[in-house]
Amino acid sequence: MAAGRSQAYVRGVTPTHSPATAADPGRSPTAPSGASSDTSGRSDAATAAVTRSAYRLRINGTEHELDLDNRASLLDVLRDRLDLTGSKKGCDHGQCGACTVLLDGRRANSCLVLAVAAQGREITTVEGLAGADGELHPVQQAFLDHDAYQCGYCTPGQICSAVAVLDEVANGWPSAVTRDPDAVELDRAEVRERMAGNICRCGAYANIVPAVLEAQRLTAGAAGGDGAVTR
Amino acid sequence: MREFAYGSAESVEQAVAMLDGDPDAMFLGGGTNLVDLMRLGVATPGRLVDISRLPATVEQNEDGALRIGAAVRNSDLAADPRVRRGYPVLSEALLAGASGQLRNLATSGGNLLQRTRCLYFQDVTKPCNKREPGSGCPAREGLHRDLAVLGHSEACIATHPSDMAVALTALDAHVVVTGPAGPGRIPMDEFHRLPGDDPTRDTVLRHGDLITAIELPAPSELSRNSGYRKARDRASFAFAIGSVATAITVVDGTVTDVRVVLGAVAHKPWRARVAEQAIIGGPASAHAFEAALDLELSAAQPFPDNAFKVPLVRNLAVGQLCRLAGVEMSVGSVGAGTDGAGR
Repeated sequence: MAAGRSQAYVRGVTPTHSPATAADPGRSPTAPSGASSDTSGRSDAATAAVTRSAYRLRINGTEHELDLDNRASLLDVLRDRLDLTGSKKGCDHGQCGACTVLLDGRRANSCLVLAVAAQGREITTVEGLAGADGELHPVQQAFLDHDAYQCGYCTPGQICSAVAVLDEVANGWPSAVTRDPDAVELDRAEVRERMAGNICRCGAYANIVPAVLEAQRLTAGAAGGDGAVTR
Repeated sequence: MREFAYGSAESVEQAVAMLDGDPDAMFLGGGTNLVDLMRLGVATPGRLVDISRLPATVEQNEDGALRIGAAVRNSDLAADPRVRRGYPVLSEALLAGASGQLRNLATSGGNLLQRTRCLYFQDVTKPCNKREPGSGCPAREGLHRDLAVLGHSEACIATHPSDMAVALTALDAHVVVTGPAGPGRIPMDEFHRLPGDDPTRDTVLRHGDLITAIELPAPSELSRNSGYRKARDRASFAFAIGSVATAITVVDGTVTDVRVVLGAVAHKPWRARVAEQAIIGGPASAHAFEAALDLELSAAQPFPDNAFKVPLVRNLAVGQLCRLAGVEMSVGSVGAGTDGAGR
């Protein structure tokens, strides 16, 4: 983004690098900065439509105030506005899973979520998984212990996805390969099916599957889940 | 991507009012298809009305009928015990579709309104009668391996991509809508259209119509003995190249009722009524099912690169009907274990 162009401001956060993205249309905004999201009903043809919105996003427990073009995806805002670059852009079409984050505890492709539509959600990225003392999430530790990556680009998405998988299993969600929907158990086939939305071009699956199974063993004491997926 | 205004609706009435009279506006549900199409330049709304926060509940009426709110996420619907037990075909179809991440975003209403994944429709540098009426259909002579073999027209040979819609058709679901013209309740089999000479319209909805719910009749012996099978190019997370939703009841070896709906073969879920009529009242046997499917598929008009779909969906359907009816697949039947469905 060219300096001085009034594309966006983020209070409390210093905007960092901002390559041209959907969030950075390279045009002047058509509405004054600070306009709130439009809930007034249909547009008046005589008035230029308000195509940006001021809103808050709660990410990893921190509130961020934003004023952005409505086209910004959640992924672009995380990476280009808030310097949370753990979430990766792979395909930008919801097909690879590298951008996976948790919305209200449930995994989602952040490339397909408009940031403006994520208001009011509790957003958790890979940066928010470790404990306050820096202790890694069991899934993170299991990925380390099992060498469950090669280049690492897909890893944040894999880890966020796996965190949600453990919760989904704990809450009894069946998958396409579940034989008895009333007794959901995680095994190799279940991990492969449930993690199908995360592509690894290095082909580290052989270690990802054991890592996810190991993470479930590590968290078994907390079985029952935190209820996130049943909200 | 074109610039657009954004507003979030807090009620159905407000949502309808926000779209009424604004031909440039579209509803936004989970966004898994619409946001992608906007990024591709295929969809160019000037305003989005976010309806993803409308009530998202699954409610069972006194008579047992299930009312699924349009904003209910695919993942919640698939996991709902009432769906899993009363309508397994629906749960299986949902779980066979997309990925865990996408199912968490995708809504029930939005699933029905997703657009075809025909490569030409999604590429704005190519002609496409669905996207740009009158520009032509390169798929007929080009890449049509994944496209229709039934009910297509000179103008369009696209397929509808939804797994869920195929299951809902087999369950005699209704789509509940409201809009500028008032409320309506549309049988699932009449909700999606064949392309004819106006492939721009996937459904019978008009601009401003909002899906508010999907209704399923009370669970029955038929709906409980139902299932979904899907063939695709990899074991998971891919669109169907052929699929089938079936349900069947058998008394003393005679079929008393049956549903056969084929997916990924037409512009809409293909209710195989000819096959159903041939099966009902006859013996529950692999030979009878094969003959019925052959009769249905005699109407197929495949293209050079998708003729494989005809035996594929035949065998999927026969195999699934045999399984649900508890009868042996016939010796030597190509339906026995060679359908590639991977389950």
